[in-house]
Amino acid sequence: MDNYEKISMVVNGKNYSLEVDIRESLLEVLRNRLHFTGVKQGCSVGECGACTVLVEGLPVNSCIYLAVWANGKRITTIEGISKAGELSRVQQAFVDEGAVQCGFCTPGLVLTATALTQTGRKYTDEEIKREISGHLCRCTGYNKIFNAVKRVLNE
Amino acid sequence: MAFEIVGKRAVRKDAAAKVTGRAKYADDFFERDMLVGKVLRSPYAHAIVKSIDTGKAKALPGVEAVITHEDLPKLKYATAGHPWSLDPGHRDVADRYILTDKARYVGDGVAAVVAVDALTAEKALKLIEVEYEVLPFVLDPEKAMLPGAPVIHEERPDNILGATSEEIGNIEEDFKKADYIFEGVYETSIVQHCHLEIQSAYAYVDADGRIVIVSSTQIPHIARRIVGQALGVPWGQIRVIKPYIGGGFGNKQDVVVEPLAAAMSLAVNGRPVRFALTREECFVDTRTRHAMKLYLKTAVTKEGKLLSLHMKPICNNGAYASHGHTVALSAGGKFRLLYDFNSMKYEPKTVYTNLPSAGAMRAYGCPQIFYALESHIEDIAREMKIDPIEFRKQNLISVGKKDPHSDIVVRTFGLRECIEKGKQLIKWDEKLEKYKEQKGIKRRGLGMACFSYASGTYPHGFEIAGARVVMNQDGSVQLQVGATEIGQGSDTVLSQIAAEVLGLPYDMVHVVSQQDTDITPFDLGAYASRQTFVSGAAVKKAAEEAKRKVLEIAAWKTGLSIEEMDIKSARIVERKSGSEICTLEDIAMESYYDRLNAAPIEGNASANVRTNAMAYGVTFAEVEVDMETGRIEIIEIYNVHDSGVIINPLLAEGQVHGGVSMGLGYALSEQLLFDTNTGRPLNNNFLDYKLQTIMDTPDVGYAFVQIPDPEGSVGQKSLGENTTISTAPAVRNAVLNATGIAFNKIPMTPQTVFEKLKQNGLL
Ligand code: FES
Ligand code: FES
Repeated sequence: MDNYEKISMVVNGKNYSLEVDIRESLLEVLRNRLHFTGVKQGCSVGECGACTVLVEGLPVNSCIYLAVWANGKRITTIEGISKAGELSRVQQAFVDEGAVQCGFCTPGLVLTATALTQTGRKYTDEEIKREISGHLCRCTGYNKIFNAVKRVLNE
Repeated sequence: MAFEIVGKRAVRKDAAAKVTGRAKYADDFFERDMLVGKVLRSPYAHAIVKSIDTGKAKALPGVEAVITHEDLPKLKYATAGHPWSLDPGHRDVADRYILTDKARYVGDGVAAVVAVDALTAEKALKLIEVEYEVLPFVLDPEKAMLPGAPVIHEERPDNILGATSEEIGNIEEDFKKADYIFEGVYETSIVQHCHLEIQSAYAYVDADGRIVIVSSTQIPHIARRIVGQALGVPWGQIRVIKPYIGGGFGNKQDVVVEPLAAAMSLAVNGRPVRFALTREECFVDTRTRHAMKLYLKTAVTKEGKLLSLHMKPICNNGAYASHGHTVALSAGGKFRLLYDFNSMKYEPKTVYTNLPSAGAMRAYGCPQIFYALESHIEDIAREMKIDPIEFRKQNLISVGKKDPHSDIVVRTFGLRECIEKGKQLIKWDEKLEKYKEQKGIKRRGLGMACFSYASGTYPHGFEIAGARVVMNQDGSVQLQVGATEIGQGSDTVLSQIAAEVLGLPYDMVHVVSQQDTDITPFDLGAYASRQTFVSGAAVKKAAEEAKRKVLEIAAWKTGLSIEEMDIKSARIVERKSGSEICTLEDIAMESYYDRLNAAPIEGNASANVRTNAMAYGVTFAEVEVDMETGRIEIIEIYNVHDSGVIINPLLAEGQVHGGVSMGLGYALSEQLLFDTNTGRPLNNNFLDYKLQTIMDTPDVGYAFVQIPDPEGSVGQKSLGENTTISTAPAVRNAVLNATGIAFNKIPMTPQTVFEKLKQNGLL
């Protein structure tokens, strides 16, 4: 059993303690063990951003973040964003602006955008683009995603 | 026709499910006791599998099964997502086994492992011992056709998968009459769909002994048939379920993972097995877009009338047929209805090579054909010193034009308006004047390109669609469609059509997004931009049937005739006065619970759509070329579409954005590369394969010229694929305008641009 380590982490406000394989990514643990399937897997090697979660409020590609590193950390997945059946402002902006097509890139983008709203900073158009440039989307051409993020940051 | 819901910016039916992470994709379902399947792939581009020793792999703890071609039925099958043809002459080429006994490209599957987890499965793959007899290979289709080239499939010793010749009129005579003859050769590269969700399926045998496959597919009903054929199992023994799909663009209009997923489950006594590809595998073992080399020769009069066109595309098909020659054939039927040539000859050849298989990809051969055609037309106009837009305009077809091969008639033709609109949007005349005689390091230019496209595959293909409308007690309905939502928005648009016909608020249509071949009405799936046009016809029919049943009950209650009533905002109203008779809920409740006459209301329709509608459009692009680095920047870009009635502008705009972005990748950066010495892929990942990011994608402008097409159920024509067709030639023509250099090969990467500028003494 020397491949295993016990970790505790808070996911979407709830405490989880479990044994993980030290080789497992946070993505694998969140999806396969805890069934947070809103965490999407588009490449597994840190290229696409689909697997983004917030670790202590910061966007991280969970596919290249070892589960053991999450020990003692606060994680937010897409499942933790809407509260009491209400969409968050970011989610609502994505819906209204038509920023969603197949939806596979959407959870990651919503999380990165959410992190941006929490900085309390103002962003120029170029900065917004740079901040979300780690997310690939093949469906939307990014125009409406940009509109949605900009709208929320300017609200 | 005035519409209530058609034409509105209705929010996607699945938007909330997708922003909350609740939408479940194929990989998001877990079964107890689920195993993992992996494939051992050939490291050689061409090699006979002489023997496979699976002993050590099988002995590894955690390995449940190892399978090779010897364990599977010796049945060759075809993978293309086309309807089955009762005519054996029209079937797709059946040229592959689930696991092969001869590797035909680097990555061809030769063995598979089923294990308790992915790590064990991967370890086991390394323990399989394969003895290969390595053969010479060929990657270039023109070389593959030469005598003595390596033979990839014994059945086709010349490596030619398809070679056809279609002539309209007499090109020989027209070439004799010509004042000028122009020739050009244009080349496109191998690219990939790059849907964010990779192909994945899991399969198990259910309690009744049937094989259930949950798969990321655009074509569940077709997948079921093909799995049956690959395994030699009656089709009714198979059930395919399609959950939410993370994009397809044609790559999932092909049966790639399902037969092996089923075979893996059967190898472990029906236990559930997940077979998901990695991104690296997805690049080589799914499908690509055919690279084409197109030879064009055109006859023109001195007045600038296009007389005759001879087009000869050579299509690099890779190792297995997949959609094969159909891609070239189908594209041939689409470009013919753009310019009014006297005569045309179209002679495509589709050739096997030792590369990953090419198949269907957004716009099915047309991005290649129109890149060549619209580059060529531009070149001719420039040579003849005619304004390229005027040259096009004086040669366009007009309404009533009929294709003599397909009998498709153009009933609506808004391209002239599209061109005018595009010119205004980009300020064509003004900028063209301004950009004359540039000498600096950064040079700007303008370009444009047109296209024509069909709505569905008729008459080349067969078009059948199914829909079911089931009314609930409150008057809302469930809409079940066989057409698959893959991100393009068909569920939303079809719901709008149902709501429109039924007189329901949009929110009262609940669309069932999941397709299940046991339950879902028969439909071919998502491809050929057919859903709005073809499946829309089925939805309209089913909704009309349900509406008639509602009004029959109302007629029986009121004594009015059906014709005297209508449904408006979920109320039954008298047509003449507009006064309310009762609510739809009243009628629905009677249909469920009236002791004498209860019969819940349903509309069930299958539409065999034997018509087509040609759609048109144009791209206008402004570029800036950095003459020192070869970098091309898009300053402005507009697409203007003639797609008939736009059912949902919000979604339509999204299609344009995505299609243009994909087109820009095609024009500027995307290219799947292979080592010519080994046939190995060099950039099968998102780091080295240059997909457009948000930093590369400009604001994409759009406009729609809406002329209702009489054959569209609400006046619509195709749009989804259309949006990606004319981007590359428009950008190429803009670069030509900026630099004076014609780039006859895409992508125009900074490296290739730099080299060519240097060659031409511009550096
Ligand atoms: S799956 Fe993690 S970045 Fe792509
Ligand atoms: S919506 Fe499909 S990848 Fe972004």
